[in-house]
Amino acid sequence: MVALLVHSLEQGFAYGIAALGVFLTYRILDFPDLTVDGSFVTGAAIASLLLLQHGFDPFSVLALAFVSGVAVGCLTGILNTRFGITNLLAGVLTMIMLYSINLRIMGRPNLSYLRATTFKTVVEPALGFLGDYAILVFVGLLTLGVKLLLDTFLRTELGFALRATGDSESMITAQGVNTKTMKVMGLALSNGLVALSGALVAQYSGFADVNMGIGTIVAGLAAVIIGGTLLRSPRVGWMTTSVLLGSLVYRLAMGLALRYGYVIGFEASDLKLITALLVVAALVLPTLRERRRRRVSAC
Amino acid sequence: MLRLDGVSKTFQVGADRVDAIRGIDLELRQGEFLTVIGSNGAGKSTLLNLIAGSFLPTTGRVWLRDEDVTMVPAHRRARWIGRIVQNPLAGTAPSMTVAENLALASKRGRRTLRPALTRRTVRAFRERLSALGLGLEDRLQSRVGLLSGGQRQALTVLMSTLACPEILLLDEHTAALDPHNAQAITSLTRDFVGDLGLTTVMVTHNMEQAIDVGSHLVMMHKGEVIHELSGREKTGSTVEDLVQLFSCHHITDDELLLEPAC
Repeated sequence: MVALLVHSLEQGFAYGIAALGVFLTYRILDFPDLTVDGSFVTGAAIASLLLLQHGFDPFSVLALAFVSGVAVGCLTGILNTRFGITNLLAGVLTMIMLYSINLRIMGRPNLSYLRATTFKTVVEPALGFLGDYAILVFVGLLTLGVKLLLDTFLRTELGFALRATGDSESMITAQGVNTKTMKVMGLALSNGLVALSGALVAQYSGFADVNMGIGTIVAGLAAVIIGGTLLRSPRVGWMTTSVLLGSLVYRLAMGLALRYGYVIGFEASDLKLITALLVVAALVLPTLRERRRRRVSAC
Repeated sequence: MLRLDGVSKTFQVGADRVDAIRGIDLELRQGEFLTVIGSNGAGKSTLLNLIAGSFLPTTGRVWLRDEDVTMVPAHRRARWIGRIVQNPLAGTAPSMTVAENLALASKRGRRTLRPALTRRTVRAFRERLSALGLGLEDRLQSRVGLLSGGQRQALTVLMSTLACPEILLLDEHTAALDPHNAQAITSLTRDFVGDLGLTTVMVTHNMEQAIDVGSHLVMMHKGEVIHELSGREKTGSTVEDLVQLFSCHHITDDELLLEPAC
């Protein structure tokens, strides 16, 4: 039971960085960005290539994965703002392009980290005094560090402009900000975080797979929405905290479902269905409640 | 300060052509206050959009501060232009707090990685807000979406003047408010314009307001300026005079009448 908890929390933090990326587009920019299903893998692919074939260390590949995600996000942003492709389609197009590109980077659909030096093999002996919690502590601190950096950015003038772009485009244009630039920047940052998360998850789970990104958007949304119902606040620091909290709760629920789900007939392959239904429920429930309230007040 | 040379604007949607503005010349010196009245579809809002850069003119040139800005995009012109529209929701970011909105408005143009809100700026905002006398200084940390329409519009007025623009564009900015709030926002606007010596263009449907406020008045109809009043001629006018002028032009439009009434 403790092992299940620890593993779920580790995953919650590792995928939490991707959830922060989804939060940035979905909540802050009001741009449902589907690129993330591809950029998650791109981060993993770039990290694997550099680590396995070019002898990079497991930490610098995380930073380089971030950079690759930034490039991918810019592509979606330019498709949307410069060429006027709608936001959903721009994301889907980039995602499809990335499927081929990711395969090119990796060379084959699956790469194993067996016998390779990952952050795990470095961290476990270095933080040996923490025993079974070494990985959790490392991943947790890394994710919190990323969160704090993101918070700081969102409190700068540039961060304010980004938030206002998603909130009231006419207002922020009147304040002298180019909203197109802001959107590209937001998408770049978001996909950078998602790619970093992909690289982290690949090392964590010991392999990179070309299909590992499927459902990143839905899992990210689940974290954002669960977190938003647990913790409501207009303050940036609390908002990102709620996203990470949502990610932890989500991974814990998934862990429990995988472990005990067979009791009620669940299989591992049902997880994506359950996740999507969870997101649908979270999106639909508030509108249903609103409708019922209106009906009551109408009488 | 502000000059339009033979500006026209034609909207073309498929086979439909709408001549929203047909050759307007306009010149305002610094500190002058122009009110614009006219029927629906006269091109009043289009005129403001052309000045702000939201639309590019089909023909003609736009000059701000002795510079030809005809091709300069809206977000660049925003450095010199403050703008308030009718909808109180459009001028503010609803899910951000009052303090955050003011921070956004206190700077125009390029944004940096400096912290947007410091203790010092919050204190300054508190002082500016308490000068409005609406109790907003106690709501700095409230989301703007929770404020009333009047409060939001008052905030918008403050925001539009915070970065010291030279030109202020008002598009029926009191039309969505109740009479009491509209009065308050009008006098607030007048104070700001007077204090900062702003060159102002105000579009309004309220003729009383149009006569009462400002140094110049133009009446627009079908994309053209059909009448101009200034100085004593303007202050001496009454609403009846304007209505009279209006109906004359409407009657001359009427093809059934061969002999115009005026």
